[in-house]
Amino acid sequence: MKVMRCPLNGDRNINEFQCAGEVTVMPDAADISDDVWRDYLWLSANEAGVVREWWCHLPTSYWFIAERNTVTDEIVRTYPSEEVFNKRVEFVQPEPAKDPAA
Amino acid sequence: MMPDSTSPGVNRVPGGELVDYEQPVAFTFEGRSFQGLAGDTIASALAASNQWVLSRSFKYHRPRGIFSLAGWEANTLVQVGHEPNVPADRERVIEGASIEGQNYRGSLEEDRDAILGRFARFMPVGFYYRAFYRSQWFWENFWEPAIRKKAGLGRISPDAPHRYFDKVFGFYDVAVIGGGPAGMAAALEASQSGLDVLLVDENRTLGGALAYERLDDEGLAAAQHRAELRASIEQQPTITVMTDAVCNGWFADNWLPVIKDNRLYKIRARELVLATGTMGQPATFHNNDLPGIMLGSAAQRLIRAYGVRPGRRAVVYTNDDDGYGVALDLLDAGTDIVGVVDLRTEPSRDARVLAVADRGIAIHRGQGVNSASAGEGNWHLVEVTIGTGAGPASTRSFDCDLLCVSIGSMPAYQLALQAGARLGHNDSDATFSIVGLPEHIAIAGSLNSACGVGPAIADGRYAGWCAANSLGAAAGAEPERPGLAPRRLTFLHPVRAHPKGKDFVDFDEDLQVADIANAVAEGYSELELVKRFSTVGMGPSQGRHSALNTARIVAQETDRTVGEVGVTTARPPVYGERLGVLAGRSFEPERHTAMHHRHLEAGAQMLTAGVWWRPAFYGPPERRDECVSREAVAVRQNLGMIDVSTLGGLEVRGPDAAEFMNRMYTFAYLKQPIGRARYVLMTNDAGTIIDDGVACRFAEDWYYVTTTTTGAERVYQTMLWWNAQWRLNVDVANVSVAFAAVNVAGPRSRELLDTLVDDIDLSAEAFPYMGVREGHVAGIPARVFRVGFVGELGFEVHVASGHGEALWDTIMDAGQVFGIVPFGVETQRVLRLEKGHIIVSQDTDAMTTPEEAHMTWAISRRKPFFVGKRSIEVRDRFLSKRKLVGFAIDDPFAPLPQESNLVLHEGEIAGFVTSVVRSSNLGRIIGLAYTARDASEPGDAVPIRLDDGRSVDATVVELPFYDPDNRRQEM
Repeated sequence: MKVMRCPLNGDRNINEFQCAGEVTVMPDAADISDDVWRDYLWLSANEAGVVREWWCHLPTSYWFIAERNTVTDEIVRTYPSEEVFNKRVEFVQPEPAKDPAA
Repeated sequence: MMPDSTSPGVNRVPGGELVDYEQPVAFTFEGRSFQGLAGDTIASALAASNQWVLSRSFKYHRPRGIFSLAGWEANTLVQVGHEPNVPADRERVIEGASIEGQNYRGSLEEDRDAILGRFARFMPVGFYYRAFYRSQWFWENFWEPAIRKKAGLGRISPDAPHRYFDKVFGFYDVAVIGGGPAGMAAALEASQSGLDVLLVDENRTLGGALAYERLDDEGLAAAQHRAELRASIEQQPTITVMTDAVCNGWFADNWLPVIKDNRLYKIRARELVLATGTMGQPATFHNNDLPGIMLGSAAQRLIRAYGVRPGRRAVVYTNDDDGYGVALDLLDAGTDIVGVVDLRTEPSRDARVLAVADRGIAIHRGQGVNSASAGEGNWHLVEVTIGTGAGPASTRSFDCDLLCVSIGSMPAYQLALQAGARLGHNDSDATFSIVGLPEHIAIAGSLNSACGVGPAIADGRYAGWCAANSLGAAAGAEPERPGLAPRRLTFLHPVRAHPKGKDFVDFDEDLQVADIANAVAEGYSELELVKRFSTVGMGPSQGRHSALNTARIVAQETDRTVGEVGVTTARPPVYGERLGVLAGRSFEPERHTAMHHRHLEAGAQMLTAGVWWRPAFYGPPERRDECVSREAVAVRQNLGMIDVSTLGGLEVRGPDAAEFMNRMYTFAYLKQPIGRARYVLMTNDAGTIIDDGVACRFAEDWYYVTTTTTGAERVYQTMLWWNAQWRLNVDVANVSVAFAAVNVAGPRSRELLDTLVDDIDLSAEAFPYMGVREGHVAGIPARVFRVGFVGELGFEVHVASGHGEALWDTIMDAGQVFGIVPFGVETQRVLRLEKGHIIVSQDTDAMTTPEEAHMTWAISRRKPFFVGKRSIEVRDRFLSKRKLVGFAIDDPFAPLPQESNLVLHEGEIAGFVTSVVRSSNLGRIIGLAYTARDASEPGDAVPIRLDDGRSVDATVVELPFYDPDNRRQEM
C-alpha cells in the first residue's frame, strides 16, 4: 500500500486519503456561458504527467494539494492549499442589465 | 508395498535437525496408518516409510511426489482433514491427522483417470481454446459437466470447523526477506547502529542453503558459517526474526504481507533487502516427473532436516560442482551412488569432485539424462538412461530408485520483479541479473549473483550497510562493494522434445516440451501469449520451475535469446494463501448514542443509520405496525420523545460565519436574527440536493448547524474544501459526537419542559417556533430549539454527550405523569411523511433539484453566489421530466406499495415511490414518489406497479398531508 505524506499528519497509508480531482479555478459563474460552466463541471483535463490534485486526509478532514505523476503514480510533492489559494475570494452581485430604452 | 507402520520409517537416518527422534507422531495417509516424528513434514514422514507418491497431477493424473521439498510446486498438495491443497512438503504432520492425496478417482494407487495420460495426444496445447468455442449447446451439456468433475485439486468441505485469522501491523526500519547467509549478514550490518530490523524466512530455521548444502568435501563448512551467523543474530536485540513465515508479495512503498500460521502481518519497511536466493530447476527428459526424481537440494533437505534417506541406489545428474556435494551427502546417508552424470566435459578440481572420485564413484562426463522409467504398478523410478546426445548407440541405462537433479537454478526473482525490477539473462553462461530496482530496495546474495558463502555474506553486509546509510544510520565507513560471483553454467541440459514426450516443463499443468514448441508454432511467439494459450506458469507454482525452461524453448523456437524472451509478469501472491488470511477479522466501527442502553432496556428494535445504531420502535418485532402506530398517535395527541443524538452538528464561528453560511447553503443567512433557527438546504456544484438541517444563530459570528445523520462527515469536509479556496475568516468544527440530543414532541411538551426549565421562558410569545435558546434543562446546560420534524409542538434539547443519559432519564421520569412515550425512527418517518418533509437521500437521488422537490422557497436567488446556484439556474431553464409529489391511496383495502415500486405514466416508467406508510393518524396510505411532470398536479392519477406486478391507483395530493397551516407546530 502506498504511503502519502500529509502536510499536517506526516506519512500515512493511502487508504486514509481521498482524491477529489484536479485543482481547477472556478470561472466567474455570473459571467460565463452555459457551455463554459458545463465544461468546468464535467470535463477533466486528465493529463498524462505531473498534475495538481486535491486530497483529503479523511480521519482529520484536512485538505491539501498533491503534485502527482499520473503516468508513474509518483507523488512528487504535497503542500498546504494556502500555497495556491492565498487570497480571500469575493463574489459580487452582477449589475442588473440596463434597459437600453431608458 | 505396505509400509511398516510401527517404526518411524525404514528410511530414517540419524542427524535430522528438525525432528525429535524420541517423539513419534501417528497419522493416516489414504486410510493407512503411518508413524512419523515430531517436526516431520507430511512429505518427510511419508518418505521415511517409503511412501513417495503424494498426489496425482492435474491433467494426466500422473503420480507425483517430492520434487523441491520446499513447497515450490503443486506435486505435494494433499488434503488434510477439511483443508484442501496443503503443501505436504511444508506442513508439519500432527498426531491423529487424516491425510489424503488429491486429484484421483478411485484411489491414489489405482486412479481410474490415470488413463487420461494415454490420450495426451488428443489433448494438445491450447485444448480449451480449440475445443470449447464451437457450440454453446455442446459446452453446456458435455464439456462443462465433464470439466467440473475433473477440475480443481482438493475437496472443499462445507463442514470445515470455524477458525480465526488475525491481522497484525508491523513497522520496521529495515526488512530483510530471506534468512540465508546474505540475508543474515544484511540484517546484522543494518542493525549495527540500533535500527529495528525484521528478518523473514520461509523455512523453519535460519540458514538458507547453509542448512542443507555441502560446501566442502568434509561437510563441515556450511554448519560452521551458519552457527556463527545465527549466534550473532541471537545476540542482536534489535533484529526480529520470523521463521516459517512467507512474504507473499510486494506492494507500493515496501508494504509487505507476511503470512505466518493464521496471521497476516502487514509490514511497512523503510528499507527492504531481498535475499531470496535461488530455486533449483528441473531437467526435461522423458518421464522427468516420476516419484524418485527430485532436486539435489530436496535430497539434501530430507537428509539434513528430517533424517530421511532419499533412496537406496541413486544417480546424480549435475552440471556444476554442487552436484558432487549432493553425492557425498547421499553416500554419508547410506545411499549407493550408481554414478554421477556430469554435462561438463572437462574435469573440475573442486575438493568435492575429487572426494567423489576418491570414493570410487563412476563419473560420466559430457553426458546427460535422456529418459527415466518406472516400475510396473508402483510408478516409482527404477531406471535412468543417459547418453551423449549422439544417438541411441551412445546410451546407457542404470537401475536406481533415486535421481538427484542439480543442473542449475534461477533467482527467486518474484518479489524483486513485483517491485518493478527487470530480469536480465546472459545466454553465453546462463547467468541472470536483476536490474532497475526502485529506490529503498536492495538485493543481496545469490539473488544478486553473489553465489557461494563468502561472496553472499560480503554482499549481504554491503546491502545492509546501504540500507542503514540511506536512513542516515550506517555504522562505520562504506564497505568495499564485493565483486559478484555468478554461478556460471556453460553446459545446459538441452530442452529438445523427447520423441515419447512426457518431458514435463510445467508439473502443475502437465505441459511438455512439445506443447510449448507447438504454442509458438501456432503463432504465439510472445511469452505472455504462450502463457495464456498453454497455461504454462498459471498453476500453484506460478512458474517457479517452469519459467526458465519455457523461456529457453520459446527462445529456441523463435531464434532469440532467453534475455530477449524474458519471463512473464510477476504478481502477488508468491505462494498460495488461505482465504481466511485474506478475509480475517475486520473492523466494523459502530456508534452508540449516550442513551443506547436505555433504548435496549425499553425493548427497542435497533436499526443502523450509517455507523450509528438508532431505535426503530419500542416493542417486539412481530408487533411492529402496532408499536409504530401507538407511538405515532402518542406524539400527535399527547407526548413523545426521540433520541436525535445522531444528527450531525457543526459549529461555524468567526467574523465571516454569516457570509460562509450564505455561500454553503441555498437560503439567505446574512440577516438571520440571533436566537433564531433557519432551515438549511445544501446543493452541490451541479445543483443537486445533498443535505439539509437547521442553522441556529447564537451570535453575530456563531452558527450551530445540524446535518443529516449520515451526512455529517461529508458536509463537514465539503465546507472545509470550499473554504480552503475561499479563505474566509471562519472556523468550522465537527461537534456531532460532542452533543447528545432529544426531541420532545407533542401537545403537552411545553407543559412537561416547564417542570424542568427555570431560565428559559417557554411561552409561545417569548419562545416562538424556530426560536433557539441557551439555558438549563433539569440543571444540565442545554441548547433548546423550537424546531420539529414531526409537525407538533416540540423542543429539541442538545446537551453535552456526557449528560445525555441523565437528560433522557430525567425527562422520562418527569414525563411519567403526562404519559410520555419514547418513539423510534420508524415512527418519526411516519410523522414527518404526514407533514410532507423529505429525507435527503431517501426522497432525493443523485439528480434531484430543489425545483423537483418543491423546495424553491428555500433558494435565495438574490445572493451573488451559493454552491450550485449557476447549475440551478440552468436546470430551471431545462426542466426535468419528473416531479416529486405526495400521493394518497384512500381505498382501505389497497395493498401497501413498497419503496422503489415503479410509477407509470401512459404505460411508460415515469418514476418510483420513495417513501410510503399506512398512516393511522390519517386513516390512509400516504407517500412520496417521482411522477411524470405532466401528471403531477393534485388530483392526477399515480399508477403504481407493485412487486407482484399488480397495479394500485394513487392520487397526487397537496403537501403536507397533515395540518397544512402548521398550527400545531407553532402552538
